[in-house]
Amino acid sequence: MKKKLIFALLAVLSFMVCYPALFILVGSFMGEGELAENLMGILNVQSEAYAEWSPLPQKWSPESYVNLLLYEPGFFTLFWNSIKICAGVLAGHLLFAAPCAYGFAMYDFRFKKLLFTVYIIFMMLPFQVLMLPEYIVLKKLSLLNTLWAIILPGAFSAFPVFIMYNFFRGIPSSVIEAARMDGAGEFAIFLNVGLPAGAAGIAASMVLQFLEYWNVIEQPMIFLSREETWPLSLYLPSINLDNLGISFAAAFISLIPSLLIFRLGQDSLEAGIAATTVKR
Amino acid sequence: MLSKKRPVLFIAISLIGTGIFLLIPYVYVFIASFVKRGTGGFAGFDNYREVLSNEAFMTAMSNTARFIVVCVPLMLVLSLLISIYIYENPRLGKMLKTGFLVPMAIPVTSAVLMWRFLFDDKGIINGILESLGADTVNWMNTGWAFWILVLSYIWKNLGYSIILWLAALSSVNPSINEAAKTDGASSFQRLIHVTLPAAKNGAFVIIVLSVLSSFKVFREAYLVAGEYPDQSIYLVQHIFNNWFRNLEMDKIAAGSVISSVILIMLILLLQRFWEKGGEER
Repeated sequence: MKKKLIFALLAVLSFMVCYPALFILVGSFMGEGELAENLMGILNVQSEAYAEWSPLPQKWSPESYVNLLLYEPGFFTLFWNSIKICAGVLAGHLLFAAPCAYGFAMYDFRFKKLLFTVYIIFMMLPFQVLMLPEYIVLKKLSLLNTLWAIILPGAFSAFPVFIMYNFFRGIPSSVIEAARMDGAGEFAIFLNVGLPAGAAGIAASMVLQFLEYWNVIEQPMIFLSREETWPLSLYLPSINLDNLGISFAAAFISLIPSLLIFRLGQDSLEAGIAATTVKR
Repeated sequence: MLSKKRPVLFIAISLIGTGIFLLIPYVYVFIASFVKRGTGGFAGFDNYREVLSNEAFMTAMSNTARFIVVCVPLMLVLSLLISIYIYENPRLGKMLKTGFLVPMAIPVTSAVLMWRFLFDDKGIINGILESLGADTVNWMNTGWAFWILVLSYIWKNLGYSIILWLAALSSVNPSINEAAKTDGASSFQRLIHVTLPAAKNGAFVIIVLSVLSSFKVFREAYLVAGEYPDQSIYLVQHIFNNWFRNLEMDKIAAGSVISSVILIMLILLLQRFWEKGGEER
């Protein structure tokens, strides 16, 4: 009986934490009229009414999505920008972070401990600490106001190295030794043995970092002043609350890739999070 | 046995990128923190003195510290309790686990719409309070803003910490648990004497990652309340952004060095503390 009660409590709690997704979905299909009526008090300072909500729209309407298409053509540029940022950053992790993590996991070399500590410290520093010099570097490279200003520093972030390292380290050295006996070169071993064996770690890092960069806000706020280079995450807060329907529709569309990746990659995600607790 | 062969090829590119985008910038900040703004002369510790006597900076620091001190223990306990339940009831737990992870995938901008709906002056919570005849609350412009930020932090990161705890719990050797069971230990006794001591190994990482993710609530704070939010949620990131806007290089540099040194010391201290705790790991 007590067990059932605890389960019920936790089930309610886990439903509540998921509710914002449902809230956005329902809101995006309410249509301007119904939304405005529900949220009158929030929109209009003069109004005395408090916000209301119904679990489902009284009348399902695609109006908000149509309006988003018609009146906010810029939305899709920004959607595309977000995709490009994520794709660029993740490609960078595959090209630079994966070999680096492999190098840390598989080889012994001078200053290894020191270098790895440096990576860990940079993983911890909040963005703001390095924002100013990064700005200067990007300015020198004439990358400000281009998507590269987000992609390049992102591609070299230290977090994926940390996660992938934890996975590569799990590869038994006998496997690598066997490949060496067969006369394979170090790089060939990385490609043919290391990468497949560490694939779970790479996937884990990708899922975590996709969720991170899909929400990127601090960097574009500082490095991108032209609106057409913004990612989606900056666009939503900038639209006027008068266009409530549009903001709900836009929010739901930006939720879809994120939930999709989550759904497809949940196991990798959990494995990736869990891998960080393994003792270094 | 790790190979002694040179791994230069593997880490070189990453190292160059890290150098350009992280290491050189950090060295630059460090040097700039001793340089006088405008004249470019040597400033000694003047910049540090100025920042440390800057009221806004100290407010931001103490708010950020308060946020971490409130959130991290709360998160540790809450996620541990839930993960123990999930660990002991794997079938039902799987569903719960997914539920608690979903907020990770909800973009912060969507969450902010929800927050406004809940905590606006005319939001649903005030509506309920009003209909109960209670006084309404100005959530976002009073000290309550701090607690709303705590709530959004827990909301977003609970699943993450649960997974971390589950990983730590699953490292407990099941045979020890079984042995304790045969010896007649109750499930509570087993929890206290077997499971928790073993799971303690995970706690260091969980604390460090919780501190790390606590910096990210700046997004929610900024999106809900803008550049100058209620004083209780004016965080270190706000003041850095405002300095940046005014090109106050000297202050940013000194502030960056101070906060990074605190952070690094915190990490090393925690590590020491944990290793000193006589862990056999």
